[in-house]
Amino acid sequence: MSAREEILERIRTALKDAPEVPVIPRGYRASSQLDEAELIELLVDRLIDYKARVCIVDTEDVPMKIAELLAEAGSYVVPAGLDADWLTGLELQQDSRRRLDSMTAPLSVAELDGIDAVVTGSAVAVAETGTIILDGSPNQGRRAITLVPDHHICVVEVADIAGILPEALRRIDGTRPLTMVSGPSATSDIELERVEGVHGPRTLDVIIAR
Amino acid sequence: MSTYLGMPSLPVHGTGNLHASESFPQAAHRELANTQLRANLGHATHTIRDKRIQVVSELPDWEQLRDAGSAIKESVMARLPELLEQFEKNFTARGGVIHWARDADEANGIVAGLIRETGETEAVKIKSMATQEIGLNEYLEEQGIAAYETDLAELIVQLDHDKPSHILVPAIHKNRTQVRDIFLREMEGVDRELTDEPARLAAAARAHLRRKFLTAKVAVSGANFALADSGTLAVVESEGNGRMCLTLPETLITVMGVEKLLPTWQDLEVFMQLLPRSSTGERMNPYTSLWTGVTEGDGPQNVHLVLLDNGRSAALADEMGRSALHCIRCSACMNVCPVYERTGGHAYGSTYPGPIGAILSPLMTGIQAEENNSLPYASSLCGACYDACPVKINIPDILVHLRSVDVDSKRGKKKIPTQMDIGMNAASWALSSGKRLGMLEKGLPLGRLAAGPDKKITKLPGIAAGWTQSRDIPAPPKQSFRDWWKKEHHAPGTAPAAAHDQEDQP
Repeated sequence: MSAREEILERIRTALKDAPEVPVIPRGYRASSQLDEAELIELLVDRLIDYKARVCIVDTEDVPMKIAELLAEAGSYVVPAGLDADWLTGLELQQDSRRRLDSMTAPLSVAELDGIDAVVTGSAVAVAETGTIILDGSPNQGRRAITLVPDHHICVVEVADIAGILPEALRRIDGTRPLTMVSGPSATSDIELERVEGVHGPRTLDVIIAR
Repeated sequence: MSTYLGMPSLPVHGTGNLHASESFPQAAHRELANTQLRANLGHATHTIRDKRIQVVSELPDWEQLRDAGSAIKESVMARLPELLEQFEKNFTARGGVIHWARDADEANGIVAGLIRETGETEAVKIKSMATQEIGLNEYLEEQGIAAYETDLAELIVQLDHDKPSHILVPAIHKNRTQVRDIFLREMEGVDRELTDEPARLAAAARAHLRRKFLTAKVAVSGANFALADSGTLAVVESEGNGRMCLTLPETLITVMGVEKLLPTWQDLEVFMQLLPRSSTGERMNPYTSLWTGVTEGDGPQNVHLVLLDNGRSAALADEMGRSALHCIRCSACMNVCPVYERTGGHAYGSTYPGPIGAILSPLMTGIQAEENNSLPYASSLCGACYDACPVKINIPDILVHLRSVDVDSKRGKKKIPTQMDIGMNAASWALSSGKRLGMLEKGLPLGRLAAGPDKKITKLPGIAAGWTQSRDIPAPPKQSFRDWWKKEHHAPGTAPAAAHDQEDQP
């Protein structure tokens, strides 16, 4: 008997009393009923609590804000599908610091390691938990680009902010390569003292575009 | 394995790091003497406990989430064969490869074989209870494969050749100075001026592991959840070491217990609210990664999953105990346990310590394995663990059930009755008749005599010595309640005796 057959047989035998399959009581909240201003306020509060840096700008000011946040970066990477408007009308348009990454023309890990920052969009955000979900869409790119550079600048559009997790997960295709980000990486492993910034990007800038 | 004709004989118990090699009281006695451990643990458990209560109280629907979580897990157990097959179909359709492992040895062999196939002799690792349980690192080392732990606490423990003491914060028994000393001693090329500031220590770990992450070809992980309806796996973490391992290498090997399944994507909304708040006391952990087989052009292209039984089917066969498999390894039960808080994780011997370990370990190994029958007694049955458990595992009930399994397993085994047998038989004789008890109570003055002038008994003989090991017994009263009652109510309608012995009667 193969291990597969044997394990399944052991489990079937263990369940020979045929335990009842319960109905799942889903009495928990399915939505938050918050309006746009409340969603933004809650998300900002939670992000700041995680020591992420947050700003709220009008959509037309996103390029300016990105340029400002990138002022110190010697180099940065953007996914090939990043909203072109975000990089126009500025010195960024012909920026020699910029590297493009895509599924078809990916940068190597070593190349990414030499890059200071990354700019991406996002799929959906969860206000209540301060979580940003990346789903690998063309404006967010491969998982590696938001991981290896030390500074992540992430644009969240107001329409993409959900109140609570169940609302957010309903908007997501679970079979995409997903990363849920809640603040910069952190550890509390030494005497439970929280230290922000271990292996992931040590700085997380969130631009909320309305 | 023995040969079998048709059905395998049940239950088949788990192997690996699931055993207490000495009895809990013995191990606890030793651990309690470690004052550093006790101070760190007290601080850690209380801090996480307070944070947990705070973030849990923020949610108006916490109890509804617990109810849903509990029912989802119950349904997973009842439907396990069907869900495993569904998961396998979906994961495989997306390019993943599934392997099945009956026990620790088989799982270790599969992982080593997969690493060898890549031609590599190194792998980076994400903290995982399943790989601790099977002793994967030690096995790989024997096979000439170096497995590098990348979680900061696991790295500290590994560098110090020690064992984790808490499932969430495995190095909680070390203080910052000890951590610095370990880094200075074991970490190649570390800055000799390293201070003991946690931020500096974390930075040292980052520098130490960076090259490993960027060059690793193989990663080994566990998984927090597996979704049957899509074939998706999830890893919940904080530091980003998980993302590094799950994203950068070419080959990813995940080891997961068969009980980790959830039926649908929707169920994730329940568990991703329950787990972070119960575990670290955060609204959400910094990073969660989800992957479904292979995604072309993004992440590992060679994706494996080892589905592990190792005693889980044996736990499932125990109708009273099977809900222990609902555990999502959050560690909330440990942080509220008055026993764990003082003894720490090492006293339990097994990879799974604390209240959940005290039931899970003997359920997986069988009550008679090594000293695991001492674990269900490692509790005062106060029930704090049940209240804290996000999936409402009734740990106290299962502890009591396993105590009875332990007693039953010894029945008729020994020719010579133990002290416990004699004591229990005597108690059964005395307590089954008021007359007998009354007669025995005539002996109370003897106890007063034994207590002496300070009215304390400081040392009892035989197995009763355990009781007086850390506390005295007050001298027994001059008279029993029965005698007192008789005197007070010697005849209906008459006045009760006036004299109350203030000293002895409350």
